[in-house]
This record gives sequence, C-alpha cells and structure tokens, in this order.
Amino acid sequence: MIRFESVTKRYPDGTTAVDDLSLEVPRGGITVFVGPSGCGKTTSLRMINRMVEPTEGRILINDEDVADRKPARLRRSIGYVIQHAGLFPHRTVLANVMTVPTLIGWDKGRARTAAMEAIEKVGLTADQASRYPAQLSGGQQQRVGVARALASDPEVVLMDEPFSAVDPLVRTDLQNEVRRLQRELGITVVLVTHDIDEAISLGDHVAVMRQGGHLAQLASPGELLTEPADDFVASFVGKDRGYRKLGFTTTQVESDPEETVALGEDVPAGRGWVLAVDEDGQPLGWVDRQGGSGGPVREEELHRMGSLAEVGDSARVFLDAALSAPSGRGVVVEDGRVVGTVVPERVLEAIRARGGSAA
Amino acid sequence: MIGGVAWSTVGDLLLRHLYLAGVPLLVGLLISLPLGWLATRYRWLAPPMIAGTGLLYTIPSLALFILLPLLLGTRVLDDANVLVAMTLYSVALLTRTVADGLGSVPGATRQAATAMGYGELRRTLVVDLPLAVPVITAGLRVAAVSNVSIVSVAALIGVSQLGQLFTEGFNRNDMGPIVVGIVACVALALVLDAGIALLSRVLTPWLRAGVAR
Repeated sequence: MIRFESVTKRYPDGTTAVDDLSLEVPRGGITVFVGPSGCGKTTSLRMINRMVEPTEGRILINDEDVADRKPARLRRSIGYVIQHAGLFPHRTVLANVMTVPTLIGWDKGRARTAAMEAIEKVGLTADQASRYPAQLSGGQQQRVGVARALASDPEVVLMDEPFSAVDPLVRTDLQNEVRRLQRELGITVVLVTHDIDEAISLGDHVAVMRQGGHLAQLASPGELLTEPADDFVASFVGKDRGYRKLGFTTTQVESDPEETVALGEDVPAGRGWVLAVDEDGQPLGWVDRQGGSGGPVREEELHRMGSLAEVGDSARVFLDAALSAPSGRGVVVEDGRVVGTVVPERVLEAIRARGGSAA
Repeated sequence: MIGGVAWSTVGDLLLRHLYLAGVPLLVGLLISLPLGWLATRYRWLAPPMIAGTGLLYTIPSLALFILLPLLLGTRVLDDANVLVAMTLYSVALLTRTVADGLGSVPGATRQAATAMGYGELRRTLVVDLPLAVPVITAGLRVAAVSNVSIVSVAALIGVSQLGQLFTEGFNRNDMGPIVVGIVACVALALVLDAGIALLSRVLTPWLRAGVAR
C-alpha cells in the first residue's frame, strides 16, 4: 500500500541519508523501520508524509504519488505520533486530539465526538480530556499523542520513536496498546525505532536498515531471527536470537499434572517442592519441603513463583517459566488457574518435535 | 490643585502621555510581529535584523524628535513626530522579543503541528504565537515602561504630556509640578506594566494549571 520506488535522499552537504530504497509496506499490520542511528529510518518515515522531500525516486500510497498531493492535505490524511508526544502545551487534551478533525473541516460537534472516542480508545478518561498536557504523566501524554493521530480515522499512522522517552514498564503498556489498536482498527502502522527488541516484539514486518540508508532485510520477525540476510542483520538482531526465536514458536507443550496444596494444609517434610494455590486454583507460590520439618503450609514460607506460562503461549514463555521456577517446574495456567507444570526437557522435546524452526 | 497644578490638567496630561506612549507600543508590536517572524523563519536574517532594529534604540530621543519633522515633512509640534519616534523605539525593543518568543516554542511541538497538517501561517498564528506570549509580554512590559519614560523628553520640543510639568517646574523654579509629574509618570508606568502582566496571565491559562502528577 505504501511503496518506496528507488528513493534517495541526499543533502546539500553531500551526505546521503537514504540510498536507492525500494520497499513495500503492506496494508494493515505494523511495519517497523529499525536500524542504528544514521541509517535513514526516520528520514524514510518523514518522506511518506512529505516532511522531507526525496531527491530521487517516488513514494506511492495506494498507487498515488505523494508528490502529487498538497503537503498539508496529505499530512492531514496520515496520523503522526512523534517522540516526546509533541503535544500543544497551550491546549487541553481534548483540543489537542481535535486538531486534525478541525483542520479537515469537520464541524465542532463531530470533531469533539471523534476526539472523545479516540481518547477513550487509548485508555484515557473524560476527566483527563479537560486537562492540559503538563498535568499528565509522560506515558499518558504519549497516549494523547496516539489518540491525536487516530482521531480522524486515518488509514495510515506514522510513529517516530514513539516510546523511546518513556520508562520500560510504561513502554510495554504502550506497545501492547498500539498493537491492540492496530488489530482493532485495521490501520497500517509504520513505526521507527532503534530498538531491535521493540521491532521484533511489535512488528509484523521488520525492515532492517543499515548506515547510509540501505535496506538490509525486510522480513517477518521470525524470519529475521531464523534467516538473517547477512552478517550485519545477524549481529544487529543480537546474540541470543536462537532463544528469542522461540518467542515466535507456538508449540503444543504437554504439561504434567501437579499436585497442589492449600494454605494451612498439612504437608510432611521430604515431599520436595510443593505448589500452593488459593481456593480458586490460582497459584500462590512454592513451598520448600525437601527437608526440615513438615506441618501446615504457612503464607510466610511461600517462595516467589517463577514466570507463568499460559496455555497457547510461545515456547519461549514456557521455557522461561520452567527455568525461573525454584522447583524447576514451570507453572502452566489457563484463565489464571493451575493446569499443571512443565520441566525444561518437556519444552525442548516439543521444540524438537516441531523441527526446531520458527513459525 | 496638587503641587500647584490643577487636577484636571494632571488628568489631561496623563491621558496625552498614555496616548503618546501607548499607541506606538501597539503599532510597534504589530510591526515587530512580522519582523520577528522573519528573523526566526530565515535564520540568516536574524543577526542583521536584530542588530539593526536594536541600533534604533541608541538614537537619542531628542535628536529623533527634532530630525523627524525634516524627514517626514511634518510640523515641529505635530504629534506624529513623537508617535513615529516612539514606534521606532518600540520596534527596536520588540523585534528581538518576538524573535526570542517564537524561537522558544519547543521543536517537537512545532514539528508535530507541521505533521498534523498546519500550513506555516496558520501554525504561526495558532501554535507558535500563543506559546510565545509569556516571552513577548515580558518584552512588552519593558517597552511600555521605557516608552513612558522617553515620551516625557518630547516636552522639550513643546509637545504636551506629563513631561511638560518638568519644564514648567524648572522654568518657575518650583518643585511642585516636578514631583507631581514624576509621581504621575511612575503611576502610569506601573499601571501599564501591571495591565500587561494581567493580560499575559489571562492569555496563558495552561501555565497555571498545576504540575504533572
């Protein structure tokens, strides 16, 4: 849907930001431009809405050359999320989100309704809509940035390092939110990041770019990890790509039944690690009864659980659950309830049975 | 009567003073807005433009009041001479202020506005200019006080305003009118200053909305 045809951007001082780039961003899904700084990823993104004009070549959206459209009108039809949100500090959240609907000439009532819908979509409240940006946290501001980009229902949304300025916890939240919104709205998202982990966890298609504005590889995340096109991609993707590849491997891991106990239940010494659950069958933690004395299970002797694997999760999640549990048995849950545990060998068997390759 | 001057005379002179200082302030601001915008839009223009307009401020006011009739072809006692001179001084102070104000808009905000699809003029008017208000009004307060002070010099060429009280008092060797003139000048400057500060407050509600939680 967005096609780069031999696009080159050269600056008057002689530097080439993008060199003969040809690629196609498919309709729907999230396409990530990723690469080290100076690889031309942001320049490429900005050429889509003519914030930067290419020196050679052309860019087509739905087979229409963007150069044939008035820059301001073109930009109004494309959502844009910028690093640090770039909100208008002098306007309320609502007025910020109403920006594009107002620019394209919707009447106030319609613009307002659309903006309120977008604000709710990104998980903000009507109360927050009447505040000024400075009254919100960084993560909330970035949500407003996303709402502002979505308010006029654009087909394409461009995101320029949208999560780089927020802390890791908030970043994960926002990433999930963007993925959810993309699926829900069926929009085409083009996102720029320097973070390969973000690219791999968020992208349906990942374009790895290298210094000087060359496209090194455009592939699905799984393919990128399994078959990097060259040494540059392999090293950029990182050392533990074999392990990370498991994140894209869904396997049928059979869990073993696990006998669980309730708090207060009498468990004799020598039974080894025992999994305690609450009355709903939700896991509480592990109890160490390898030696020492037996007796009723007390809350304060519970050991922290490892990570949990949900039925249907990737092999990576299962393996991590098994490796992080103090008992060596990863807890598998379904709808929050314990259905069994897995040992690492089980997960490895399942991976081997699948041929060991990514999805 | 106060200090040997009729209250009504003080009132008349005060209004004249306000007129001669205030109108050029507004006209100067209107001229400085496009000039300051040019200086931010075309970076290479900024140094010569700001230095050039700033230089205007160094021309002695009395010289300017005397020169302008020759240049403009106006009569010596014409208010226009003072109005034009004060406008030049306002422009001298405000061009830099406007350029600084527009330059203070965060790059991300400016870029986001362009990416949303604002044309350049519209963006300047509805995004850059409101955000520049605190800086511009700060400069406006300085220019207002400066105008009130400089205008009084025009009494030397016979244009009536509060400065007239100084020449009168000097000629009659009477401190009364001089003190009245000084107090009235200071009061006028304070009122203008406070008025602009209040206007700035009203125009920038977002600055008082509390901090991020």
